[in-house]
Amino acid sequence: MKLKQLSVFLENKPGRLRELCALLADNNINMITISLADTEQFGILRLIVSDCEAAKNILEEKGFVAKITEVIAVEVNDEPGGLRDVLQVEEAAGISVEYMYAFTIKSGENAVLLFRFDDMDKAVDALQSTGFKVLDSVALFQRTDG
Amino acid sequence: MSKFVVENRIRDKEESLSRAELESLQTSRLRKTIEQVQQIPFYQKRFAEAGIAPGKIQTLDDLQRLPFTTKADLRGEYPLGMLAVDKKDVARYHGSSGTTGQPTMVAYTQNDLNMWSNLCARFLTGGGLRPEHSVQIAFGYGLFTGGFGLHYGVERVGASVIPAAAGNTPKQIMLMMDMQVDALVCTPSYALNISEFIIQNDIPRNALNLKYAHFGGEPWTEDMRTRIEDEMGILCFNNYGLSEVIGPGVSGECAARDGMHIAEDAFIVECINPDTLEPVDPGEEGELVFTSLSKEAMPIIRYRTRDIAALNPEPCICGRTHVRMSRVTGRSDDMLIIKGVNVYPSQIEQALLRVKGTAPHYQIEVDRPDRKDVVSVKVEMTEESFSSSMKDMQELKDRIDRAIQTITGLRMNIELVSPNTLERFVGKAQRVVDHRCG
Repeated sequence: MKLKQLSVFLENKPGRLRELCALLADNNINMITISLADTEQFGILRLIVSDCEAAKNILEEKGFVAKITEVIAVEVNDEPGGLRDVLQVEEAAGISVEYMYAFTIKSGENAVLLFRFDDMDKAVDALQSTGFKVLDSVALFQRTDG
Repeated sequence: MSKFVVENRIRDKEESLSRAELESLQTSRLRKTIEQVQQIPFYQKRFAEAGIAPGKIQTLDDLQRLPFTTKADLRGEYPLGMLAVDKKDVARYHGSSGTTGQPTMVAYTQNDLNMWSNLCARFLTGGGLRPEHSVQIAFGYGLFTGGFGLHYGVERVGASVIPAAAGNTPKQIMLMMDMQVDALVCTPSYALNISEFIIQNDIPRNALNLKYAHFGGEPWTEDMRTRIEDEMGILCFNNYGLSEVIGPGVSGECAARDGMHIAEDAFIVECINPDTLEPVDPGEEGELVFTSLSKEAMPIIRYRTRDIAALNPEPCICGRTHVRMSRVTGRSDDMLIIKGVNVYPSQIEQALLRVKGTAPHYQIEVDRPDRKDVVSVKVEMTEESFSSSMKDMQELKDRIDRAIQTITGLRMNIELVSPNTLERFVGKAQRVVDHRCG
């Protein structure tokens, strides 16, 4: 029930992000969502893309360091408290968030929260046992392809 | 600028011998040194390998037939393989200032210590030291030769020493004010720190009685001299030395401050092309090579210093006949001196090899933006070490930082860069960009 995320090391240099986006666009790889964690000197780009393996190969060929990491996608109602409810469950199970980001899906009623937890398996169990909808890649792409 | 004027004074008659007298003295001392080094198995072997009978070395020109001694040779003979006397005759040991792994140890008999103190007393005298002066020594005391070498040199002149040792800038300044210290001994970069502190704390110049300073231990520039002299209102003198040869006192500036007189009665200096190993023309830059002439415990033959400088054989207005060397402008290897500590780029490589997942591709950039040496190490990311988590990335930087600190004793800024962005080298890698002496 885990989802593949592509993480890319980005040196803080003008044009670096554009270069990456152009590579993915030229190869017809769609970004479903993207998040950038930045420091003064480098950034970590986190992407959910239509074809993770292909994207990784394309980027690596052009000298990027890319890695596939698992994340958990949780579908919640796009309304106040959506994220809080998920966090409550994980807190109760003693799990910490390493990082997270979110986006709303096209219909606009639901939001997808993407998480990296310190204990991924336990996190999925905690969510599923409390009735949260954890999306795998098929389910995610069904929703995002609209 | 300083109002202090140094009157020319020469301490020893050996400093102004005619060239013929000096060469005659050098020749007899060289013969004795060649005899002495036969006590050292390393040199016996070297002479045998080169097919040279020690008795065949009779003139100064013969010296050129002898093989060089390198830092690697000294490391190979660690700790006391290069000792030419019985251990009971050793009065003191010092060591190289490198902080990593194996240092090189050097030994002195009491005669060596006396000779060394006198060499330091010489350049101190040339640079203004008089028996009525007080000198604050802000060099590290310990294995490093700087502290003790200058300490005994000052005492030899008959002046008074304030052995403040390195660090604690506010206390250094307090001592200089309260004791009305006349002269300061430290590294030039530490002098910049002291000056900065004085300026930042609005300490009036007349609260200090400082007249002059003797700097050594690291290369510096004429610009730095001007800056320190303007800011502190003192005269600054340069001196040079290295523990393998004896320590400070190998050479130092006179009142003319136009090159450092090499103590030629104690050492024979050569200046060679580091690639061809042939002598360069006078005035041309090359690597300095020293042969000791009156050391007992650890005489040394043709030691390759790796320091690049030029020799000036022209007579000096001060009356000393000893050849003058320029500032050290670089190294023929890749050693860096950072905050007075010797650092080799290979140590960075060693550190990176200890951190799992890092590639041994790196570049070192050294700068002195705010008077303090700042070193940045660029390290290429690899898939193995990269993580989508910022916490992991921070930990990676910390691990690299700690590994470098363990090996070099210095903190460096770690910069993670994309793979294959650092230049690759065929043959000798140029991994260092030093902006300090640009």
